[in-house]
Amino acid sequence: MSLNYNIIVGLEIHVQLATRTKMFCGCELEFGQPPNTRVCPVCLGMPGALPVMNKAAVEAAILTGLALNCTISRFTKWDRKSYYYPDLPKNYQISQYDLPLAENGYIEIPLEDGTSKKIRIRRAHLEEDAGKNTHTLGNFSAVDLNRAGTPLLEIVTEPDLNSPSEVRQLAQELQRIVRYLGVSEADMQKGHMRFEPNVNLHITQDGQVFKTPITEVKNLNSFRALERSIACEVNRQLDEFLATGKTLQIGNKSTYGWDDVNQMTVLQREKEEAHDYRYFPDPDLVPVAVSDEWLSRIASRLGELPLAMQQRFVRDYGLSDYDAQVLTAEKSTAVFFDAAVRCGAQPKRICNLLTQTGLKLANEKQTTVDALGISPGRLAALANMVEAGQISATSATVIFETMTQTDEDPAQIAEQKNLLQKNDAGEIEALIEQVIWENQKAVSDAKSNPKKAKKAMGFLMGQVIQKSKGQANPKIVAELLNRKLMA
Amino acid sequence: MNHQIDRQLVERAALLSRLELSESEIAQFSTQLSAIVEYIEKINTLHTEHVEPLAHCLPVHNVLRADEPRGSLSNAEALANAPDTIDGYFKVPKILDDNSGA
Ligand SMILES: [Zn+2]
Repeated sequence: MSLNYNIIVGLEIHVQLATRTKMFCGCELEFGQPPNTRVCPVCLGMPGALPVMNKAAVEAAILTGLALNCTISRFTKWDRKSYYYPDLPKNYQISQYDLPLAENGYIEIPLEDGTSKKIRIRRAHLEEDAGKNTHTLGNFSAVDLNRAGTPLLEIVTEPDLNSPSEVRQLAQELQRIVRYLGVSEADMQKGHMRFEPNVNLHITQDGQVFKTPITEVKNLNSFRALERSIACEVNRQLDEFLATGKTLQIGNKSTYGWDDVNQMTVLQREKEEAHDYRYFPDPDLVPVAVSDEWLSRIASRLGELPLAMQQRFVRDYGLSDYDAQVLTAEKSTAVFFDAAVRCGAQPKRICNLLTQTGLKLANEKQTTVDALGISPGRLAALANMVEAGQISATSATVIFETMTQTDEDPAQIAEQKNLLQKNDAGEIEALIEQVIWENQKAVSDAKSNPKKAKKAMGFLMGQVIQKSKGQANPKIVAELLNRKLMA
Repeated sequence: MNHQIDRQLVERAALLSRLELSESEIAQFSTQLSAIVEYIEKINTLHTEHVEPLAHCLPVHNVLRADEPRGSLSNAEALANAPDTIDGYFKVPKILDDNSGA
């Protein structure tokens, strides 16, 4: 008996848009406010209150649609999706049913082997979020409606994902994209991204293909839970198929939740009833028409996307894929790095300075590297001093830190702090002579004891550098020392 | 086309709308709704092949507002109509799945 299988996953993602106010009213979106203090007649669903669409939310949705290579609908409308739940004060959610803002696109995701893969995007539409239920009161629930009416972009992929890690990669790439676009903070801790994967297997057994029933895992809000829940579902579905032979039929889609404590998926609903949301166009909201002019104005905000930037850093600057990925994790870092390189510095030097010192300082100060008070030009000057051997890499770190506190050039700082390396061969040679005179034993080991040569050489190097108070350029010291000992 | 609204459909609609109907009401609404739907069905005799679907009855679009905050209600105002509250929250009966699919 032969058996192998393909994992098939489609993903629904809800991304909270970073507008100042809610989708249909002027209530401010602020995280962590006292309950029910960012609410008004519109988002409380009071009779007679009328919604007015937030222009920034529409533009953010269109911009994201463009970044996901979607066709932007030139005419969209708002529909009511009816259901009853205490966190949904109007008893319907305003959403988009048959005319989503964006459809038929794709997202290119980086894979772990360094290649990339295109995942088709079925649609992306705008909808409002519900409030929040707290189930901590015995027979009662407490409802906070501060979140009700928050603009969400629901993005739906085609089932093109074939492993748990691919699904995580897509989620992380989407996070990077929406942050680059500035349309969402995409802060997982604040629930700005929520995932619902649809998972099944195509099992080939003795030449015959069987499809397992599709399961949907609800409400995942971390990359780890997303990846693990799919791995779990794969094992569970495989076991179930081997035990029961059950295959996909219309209507046997079931819903699972994620138990983070036990790290497993838990059945929530066996049979998905045909949902009856009774969608119909919302009479309170007029349609949105997107003109060429408006669309091109939004498209002008697109800029270079993170993966394109990452690939360019590898291709044009010769960075490793890992370095390029670290630099493009945040747009501010990537743009700053790029600017410094354009000021005429070696990309790898700038990269080292940023990844080894810049990001650490930024993290300590809870800011970004472009806000450390160092211009790309000054950073390039610092990199060039390392490149020219005027300062050591260790001194560069010290100078970098000082540069965040003063406007002085790295060369000035190096001089003041006595960090300039001695490159003068004559001066270094004198120190070498002295060290050789004082360390006859090490010299003879270096010259004629193959077992100890390497260690002795290192010791002599260290002595010379110590005598120079750390200012001798190690490269030159090694070169001169070698020449002296060979003589 | 079948315009008959049977008792099952009325019960389903009542569940989706969270209405509790008596036996006599179910019978009454079945008859009434059948008549209403039959009347509305007359529209289906019109030829609409070349007519664009109407998204809104007003010839208006793009009514948008700037993303600028306006004041919200106070917590006391927000909760003024609530049957029950607790610590600034709306207090509601525990939510149970009623299998209405909605
Ligand atoms: Zn409001």
